[in-house]
Amino acid sequence: MDWSWFLPDPVSTFGGEIDTLYYWILGITGFIFVVTEAVLVWFVFRYRHKEGRRAHYSHGNKRLEIVWTVIPFLIVVGISWASTEVWMEVKAADRVPAVEADLPLRVAAKQFEWNVTYPGPDGEFDTGDEFVKRNQLHIPVGRTVRIDLTSEDVIHSFFLPDFRVKQDAVPGMVIPVWFQATETGEYPLACAELCGLGHYRMRAQVTVHEVEEFERWLATETGAAGVEPGTAPAPADTARIETGQGDGDGEAASAPAGDEDSGKGGDRA
Amino acid sequence: MTTTATTAERVPNVSVQHWAEPGHEDDRSFWRKYVFSTDHKVIGSQFLFLSLFFLFVGGALAMMMRWQLGFPGEPMPGGGVFGQAKAVQGILLPEFYNSLVTMHGTFMIFFAIMPLLVGVFGNWLIPLHVGAADMAFPRLNMASFWTAVPAGVLMLASFWVTGGAAGAGWTAYPPLSAVPEFSGVSMGQKLWCVSIAVLGFSSLMGAVNYITTIVNMRAPGLGWMRLSLPVWALFITAILILLAIPVLTGAAILLLFDQTIGTAFFLPEAGGQPLLWQHLFWYFGHPEVYILILPAMGIASEVIANGSRKPIFGYRFMVAAIVTIAFLGWIVWGHHMFQSGMNPLLGTSFMFSTMVIAVPSAIKTFNWLGTMWRGDLHFHVPMLNAVAFVAMFIIGGLSGIFMASTPIDIYIHDTYFIVAHLHYVLFGGSLFAIFAGIYFWFPKFFGKMLNPTLGKIHFWTSFVFFNLVFFPMHNIGLKGHMRRIYDPTQYEWLAEIQPMNTFMSVSAFLLGTAQLLFLANIVWSLWKGEDAPPNPWKANTLEWSIPSPAPHGNFEEMPTVYRGPYEYSAPEREEDHWPMGEPGPGEERPPPEEQRRKEAAG
Amino acid sequence: MSATRADSIGATDRPMEGLGVYNLKLGMWVFLLSEVMFFASLIGAYIVLRFANPEQWAEPGAVLNVPLTAFNTFMLICSSVTMVKAFAAIEHGDQRGLRRWLLATVVLGAAFVSIQVFEYIELAHHGFVPMVSQYAAEGGPLYGATFYTLTGFHGAHVTIGVLALIFTAVKAFRGGYSEYDYGGVEIVGLYWHFVDLVWIILFTIVYLI
Repeated sequence: MDWSWFLPDPVSTFGGEIDTLYYWILGITGFIFVVTEAVLVWFVFRYRHKEGRRAHYSHGNKRLEIVWTVIPFLIVVGISWASTEVWMEVKAADRVPAVEADLPLRVAAKQFEWNVTYPGPDGEFDTGDEFVKRNQLHIPVGRTVRIDLTSEDVIHSFFLPDFRVKQDAVPGMVIPVWFQATETGEYPLACAELCGLGHYRMRAQVTVHEVEEFERWLATETGAAGVEPGTAPAPADTARIETGQGDGDGEAASAPAGDEDSGKGGDRA
Repeated sequence: MTTTATTAERVPNVSVQHWAEPGHEDDRSFWRKYVFSTDHKVIGSQFLFLSLFFLFVGGALAMMMRWQLGFPGEPMPGGGVFGQAKAVQGILLPEFYNSLVTMHGTFMIFFAIMPLLVGVFGNWLIPLHVGAADMAFPRLNMASFWTAVPAGVLMLASFWVTGGAAGAGWTAYPPLSAVPEFSGVSMGQKLWCVSIAVLGFSSLMGAVNYITTIVNMRAPGLGWMRLSLPVWALFITAILILLAIPVLTGAAILLLFDQTIGTAFFLPEAGGQPLLWQHLFWYFGHPEVYILILPAMGIASEVIANGSRKPIFGYRFMVAAIVTIAFLGWIVWGHHMFQSGMNPLLGTSFMFSTMVIAVPSAIKTFNWLGTMWRGDLHFHVPMLNAVAFVAMFIIGGLSGIFMASTPIDIYIHDTYFIVAHLHYVLFGGSLFAIFAGIYFWFPKFFGKMLNPTLGKIHFWTSFVFFNLVFFPMHNIGLKGHMRRIYDPTQYEWLAEIQPMNTFMSVSAFLLGTAQLLFLANIVWSLWKGEDAPPNPWKANTLEWSIPSPAPHGNFEEMPTVYRGPYEYSAPEREEDHWPMGEPGPGEERPPPEEQRRKEAAG
Repeated sequence: MSATRADSIGATDRPMEGLGVYNLKLGMWVFLLSEVMFFASLIGAYIVLRFANPEQWAEPGAVLNVPLTAFNTFMLICSSVTMVKAFAAIEHGDQRGLRRWLLATVVLGAAFVSIQVFEYIELAHHGFVPMVSQYAAEGGPLYGATFYTLTGFHGAHVTIGVLALIFTAVKAFRGGYSEYDYGGVEIVGLYWHFVDLVWIILFTIVYLI
């Protein structure tokens, strides 16, 4: 049993800011919660009916009303203000790294798997050396990752709890997502939007490598795949996929450990 | 027609009500009296039984979900009855689980909480509180109920069609909800749309009736600032329903076209927009949230003033808060869509408007506390439930701040934190207020008191187990536990906190069992309960001035209102309540109808 | 409405608190507000889809028969005028005028619906259909789907209006209205004008722009 109100340790650059904001809000709302509930409980005991008690005849107090209108207003405006800064840092269009970012990736969700397209060693798409990994997201630590996120069938949601990243993947739209890992290790990627009967196991593994190790992994993968050009699913291509729930189901069942080399990208975290 | 030139004859088309002669006999047949009745009180009671039925259906679905979450992969006791297509040897299948999630939400929102608040209390209270003999359009009112019934039957029947009931969530996001290949559900999803559209008509008829009755049929002396807070809340709620429901109906019809005739309003391959559905749905959906809480606030205000024997603190501010919440409710829908791919700048503006809604909510909370301050608190069963409403609404309101903050929402969106929040508002809030209202007004409509001992046991067990079920959901949500997940043990980090799920499931079973006490109380009290006096709670509003159960036609003649509804413990009076229809010193009752008629004729 | 006492026109000289508008009329206004929202949701969807897919919309007049529909629009506007005449007649107790103008409104309304059905058949022949898979006209399938949804729901409203007018006319021929009791005529009129107004908006955005 874990009753804690702490968040798991963040492993992305903006994770810490989101968490700080969370703890502030937790502190403010926690304080209001304790005070109001305490007052309520106190009133319940203090003004309980006794023989001979008569209620104080009062219709209210304008000054008090103004006080408890203005103070909550200031608090919520303050919270909104603080939230805006963090929000814009994470999601604003001008904060998303350009497509020529350190590591551009394409992620296409489909029932019930995550297909990650890597640009290959040249860091560019549509050059013939890209390759696709199913349910495996390999990234280097300390480098900004830009993901063009889309979906091939229904709405999914790209959720990396430890990175404080969540973005719906919508068919017909390509939505940019970015983050930068601060620690190596293996982390879950889950689908957070109900997407069908396999939703509960639409998961993938995120592996954060040291930079050199990632380069090595990338090189091996490019060689191993011997990729035929043009096999990567273009995110913009949203033709309805042939996958009925039947086969998508079967594939996803063997999900994260599915690919032959999943154990290889070792990490020291 | 009477012998005098009445208002009706002098001014064309001005509605006037006819007030019966005392001793008027009720000679309606059984069918007109109890089944196809146009009496607002009977229709309210019909809504009560219909929505309690769906409340228990929705509850049963929740119990099944909790079984799967607490004991994933284990056969559910009695699960064999669902057949191999839904539960293999009693083990629930994921597609059935998705139907449970969807239908639990759908039943609870559309067929339980909404009709309980609006259908039951709207019908029960509005004509009585405004001093009218019935609704403005009694037959339309009857039609409203008898439209809700087939909608409910259709929705329930979808469990037995091929492919099972809808499984795309109560929010029915396309393409999942639109394309059978994606969800595995075809007929069920269509029935969902049809049922929602039909139910929309029912709500609409109710709303037209409520608004007309409140605006036009108030008894002499009952100005707007003397209306009871439940009626204020229901009035504003009716406006929300009137304007929000047609949007849902429109969207549901477009979705139905996508499902049946092959259009592509929400399907991207032909240019349709999945996000368009979300905008339309939440444009309805957020006002809907306030439809589900405003009447509860009204009921809580009424009961707390009565239980505290004090005038409501800051009546005008309470009214203003209701109006403000309803107004702001129209410009916050985007906060359900922060992570949907909507423009992040829009997200910021939706965050500000959402945060501001916390202000009127806070005003209401402080005014409830202010009402209790220096009161003379009588903890009858309605009061217990109403105070619990306040306590739980504080939690639900404060947890809303987390989601409203866009960056925090990145993390907790679609997790159990949301599930905790919405249940603190809808169960801890709305449902406890509904309990308060039912305990409070049951005597007036059935002529029997609900048993207070059973009521107290029901209250305390519900209160304790409610918190044991839903409070830990905050904690697991903060661990990143996604909602609508069939089997959390699939994830390592969720498998670690599985004991929490088991704990919540066991608490949920106890919470569900406790509700049987409520049912038993209703059945037992109807059968053998103590007869209710006309005014068991020493309350002020007009319904308490007539016998229990309230007779057909309500008042013997049109009441006159002399003061607001919350004049408790006025110093110039010995009793601690002062009925609205009782003249004060220096005020005179108008002469009885018959006498005036004679004078006019004379 | 004699089912309950609440409705029977009765006897009190103390007016209730209220707007001084009779219930049926207030109820109709309230109902029309919700109709506004219904059409607003459909029109909103139309605007969003059209902005996102301008290439799916053909030039005005390329697919749709604008002159015919313009004539139809003219008829519907005329029917609003005859409706006003009918109402004015009964306000002054002119039973014959009421019957005549109501009949004229029914005829114009029915003609509007008939022409719309004719138009649908013609369009469907040219492959202008709501279904994605069978769409064969100029533009794209969203053009067809939004067209039929908007005009179809409006047409359904007109049809209901015609039925209500027929009901009102039958009652008028039986002498069911008088200068003291013309509520039924007035609220049918309100509905009819609303439907007319919606059409003018739809005609503009669907046919002309």
